[in-house]
Amino acid sequence: MHTNYMLFLLFFSVAPWRPVVGLEIHAQINSNSKIFSGSQVQFIAPPNSLVSFFDASLPGTLPVLNRRCVEAAVMTGLALSCSINKKSLFDRKHYFYADLPAGYQITQQRLPIAVNGNLSYTFCVGAKQSQLVTKNVRIKRIQLEQDSGKSLHNDARSQTLIDLNRAGVGLMEVVMEPDMCCGVEAAAAVRELQLILQTLGSSQAIMAEGQLRVDANVSVHHPGEPYGVRTEVKNINSLRFLAKAVDYEIQRQIEELENGGTILNETRTFDYKLGCTIPMRDKEGKQDYRFMPEPNLPPLILYDAKSLPANIGDQQVVNIDWIQERLPDLPSVKRVRLVEQYGILPEHSFTLLNEDGLMEFFEDVVRETQMNPKKVIGWVISELLGHLKQYDLTVKESPVNSLSLADLLNLLERRVISSSAAKQVLKELCKGEGKTPLQMVKEKQLELIQNQSELDQICQAVMERHQEEVMEIKAGNRKVLNKLIGLVQRATERRADPILVKQILEKKLSQ
Amino acid sequence: MLRAALREVSTALKEGRVSPTELCQRCLSLIKTTKFLNAYITVTEDTALRQAEESEKRYRRGQSLGDLDGIPVAVKDNFSTAGIETTCASNMLKGYIPPYNATVVQKLLDQGAVLIGKTNLDEFAMGSGSTDGIFGPVRNPWSYSRQYKEKCGQNSRLENEDSSWLIAGGSSGGSAAAVSSFTCFAALGSDTGGSTRNPAAHCGVVGLKPTYGLVSRHGLIPLVNSMDVPGILTRCVDDAATVLGVLAGHDPKDSTTVQDPFNPFELPSVIDVSKFCIGIPKEYHIPGLSSETLAVWSKAADLFENAGARVIEVSLPHTCYSIVCYHVLCTAEVASNMARFDGLEYGHRSNIDKSTESMYAATRREGFNDVVRGRILSGNYFLLKQNYEKYFIKAQKVRRLIANDFVNVFNSGVDVLLTPTTLRDAVPYVEFIKEDNRTRSAQDDIFTQAANMSGLPAVSIPTALSEKGLPIGLQFVGHAFQELQLLTVAKWFEKQAKFPILQLQEMLDHADALSHQKISLFS
Repeated sequence: MHTNYMLFLLFFSVAPWRPVVGLEIHAQINSNSKIFSGSQVQFIAPPNSLVSFFDASLPGTLPVLNRRCVEAAVMTGLALSCSINKKSLFDRKHYFYADLPAGYQITQQRLPIAVNGNLSYTFCVGAKQSQLVTKNVRIKRIQLEQDSGKSLHNDARSQTLIDLNRAGVGLMEVVMEPDMCCGVEAAAAVRELQLILQTLGSSQAIMAEGQLRVDANVSVHHPGEPYGVRTEVKNINSLRFLAKAVDYEIQRQIEELENGGTILNETRTFDYKLGCTIPMRDKEGKQDYRFMPEPNLPPLILYDAKSLPANIGDQQVVNIDWIQERLPDLPSVKRVRLVEQYGILPEHSFTLLNEDGLMEFFEDVVRETQMNPKKVIGWVISELLGHLKQYDLTVKESPVNSLSLADLLNLLERRVISSSAAKQVLKELCKGEGKTPLQMVKEKQLELIQNQSELDQICQAVMERHQEEVMEIKAGNRKVLNKLIGLVQRATERRADPILVKQILEKKLSQ
Repeated sequence: MLRAALREVSTALKEGRVSPTELCQRCLSLIKTTKFLNAYITVTEDTALRQAEESEKRYRRGQSLGDLDGIPVAVKDNFSTAGIETTCASNMLKGYIPPYNATVVQKLLDQGAVLIGKTNLDEFAMGSGSTDGIFGPVRNPWSYSRQYKEKCGQNSRLENEDSSWLIAGGSSGGSAAAVSSFTCFAALGSDTGGSTRNPAAHCGVVGLKPTYGLVSRHGLIPLVNSMDVPGILTRCVDDAATVLGVLAGHDPKDSTTVQDPFNPFELPSVIDVSKFCIGIPKEYHIPGLSSETLAVWSKAADLFENAGARVIEVSLPHTCYSIVCYHVLCTAEVASNMARFDGLEYGHRSNIDKSTESMYAATRREGFNDVVRGRILSGNYFLLKQNYEKYFIKAQKVRRLIANDFVNVFNSGVDVLLTPTTLRDAVPYVEFIKEDNRTRSAQDDIFTQAANMSGLPAVSIPTALSEKGLPIGLQFVGHAFQELQLLTVAKWFEKQAKFPILQLQEMLDHADALSHQKISLFS
């Protein structure tokens, strides 16, 4: 629960408002070519360089469905526990827009490819964000459709430039029921969906590249009463902005209603600079999309093991069971396995999955070191990840690879170096000078003094130089022992194993 | 030579009695002579001669590509032709040069056919007279035939010529007139509600509408996607079968084509019709049907009966709802298909650029004629959320009933239906334009559009001359994908009908009078 809303409840505790949030998410399908044409799909390419005759809607061209897009949608549907429709249909949705060359979008309005699914997502609450809360959101439908092109408006020259590279790229529209109630929940649900899509490979789902775009439907009402009028906040392209936009919109609606105003059923956009939602200029008002069956595409028929006609190979049709059998482990399954296999905390399993590549990194380190995974996780999450965040690097860009971190942890585990020396080395490693941990340890002379008699002599010398402290300890003030240990550390430039030093000192003091 | 059937001229080419270039030049020359028919929008003289030359080389090397190699063909101007202007007879696409060939065009070219020109039509194929395009109406070659002139007793032809000429039927009137006037040996039309069969009947040629899904629509600029079929116009049934053999088959670029392999066929030369059952739908006996056409129809039925075929009266009970239903579905798809013509990517763009919206509106007003705009308007009305159930869904249901009528009749043992193609023979242009396009289309598509609604193959066969000396065609409708059976019956009938050949001397005199050119192509 976010703070604004909590504050709000304090003031209006008589009749609390209940926010209702539903999401429509457009995920670009990760495929080599577009959904109905053979043009390539690429994020960065010269304008209008990836446009087939069909994409430009040349008269007489016809759509041909890309099998890969169908498989991606089936995979996603299965991963979200949807029922997959063995027969689905394509429709035309009409509206005039400069980046929609045909004057209509091919979508699945009447009978989508997947329906009635479920997504479980978890987020952190509490002052330290240490408490995990798990919730469910129902998936209403997943439909296949075409992306539009892009319009670039040049106000100075009052020109609109059109880039059709994106026109016709395959989209999966995932519609989530209004089961969420705040920005944090919405963001967590989308994050989990994003992880699932990336695990499946059905979408790269990189929000910054527009591969995952979120529209949020927001309304507020009093419990027991019908839902309020909703607004739609469109085209949100980061999780942070999603949470902010939803929370802002909830609060705006509550304030509006509390002040005796009304909520308009309108489309709004999130201005990330101002941190607020503003109405979109919608000149045409309410659109009638004049839906019509797409006559150029026969019904999309999918098969399962039972209905698969004999003498038809898997290459000719899409077999739902075949795809089901090959689904990779989903994030939720991976997290459970991590907790069970390594004994780490559940919240750590979330961190491992949330950072792209971190789980693999962690498991590689564990495989190469004798250190207990429960200890390794701290080094990976608190230390390494901390450094990466500091330098704004992803796990894949990490200057320290898993082998080198494992080497370092092995040095620590074998008591060649102290924990503080290990931290120092890691920090150096993060500078990316290409040295091995051992080279670094040697160079900086960080090895612990392994020679017992050498340590013995150093301890003896420290005790002799600090008779006052020795007397105090002997008089029963045990706390002063730590000071002696510190003095020994200083004398050895922190190369003494503190446990060993303590043992030697205690032995000498008791003599 | 030009009056020969495709098969005959193909043999002549193979035997070296005529060369592809010579043939092409003769056709081009005749196109010039008959320019007043307005059958062609674009004559592709240069590319045609180049293609003929290529063909000639192949023949010389003994590497002919098949029956169509070197044969001049024409293509309706709503099929995309790479590098050749494709206008749909509309201001909207004037000057539009497609970068690709329609699959059917490509298939013709791959067989060595010589594309001689793009033929005239009603704007975007919306019409039944070939009168409503920006390039003006197509004139029916029979207007200038000896048969017509004699029967009409018009001696003072030059005085009357501008009011007496007849419409060619439509919307593929240009293609029908081109085949009929011997300027090409086969032509592509398109058939959405009868647009190939109707002008075939009026111009006295064979017009075949294949089963929906048998021939690719890729590159055919659509009118109604769920009904459009590329049509074939030829001088005889055998030729239609030959061209069908080239065009038919699955196209990966058109998902509505069937995957089953198509085996090109040759029609038997000896046909026994006694094993066939011919159905005569009683609902096609309607008040508007001319007595002459009715008589021709009855005579045809007798012909089959006398030859031992079983001829039975059948019922297609939903026929009377067909044309209204067709209108709703057609306009709805038209509204959708025409949405792409916004002036941005290709075609006409208005100078008005105050805003994108005003540019759209002006472009579409300037680019489309009243007929197209009217259909867009009504189609969008039927698709509105509040009307969708009432009109579109209902029309779809009725369409299913109409298709089921045919299924029921065919399941009862009928092999082929025999019907008129049109209500009557061709009318003079001045008569035709007294009614608006919508009324005309509703009347003229009456016998033909049901085959489009149900996807069935149908062919119009020139049968007899009316009292005025004008062609009357009859239509055969067959089982889906049973073109072999349909055309076999049609071929037998064609042989019995002995439809007379168009006597063109009058027309050439007419041309002479116009151009003072002396030609002797028919000597």
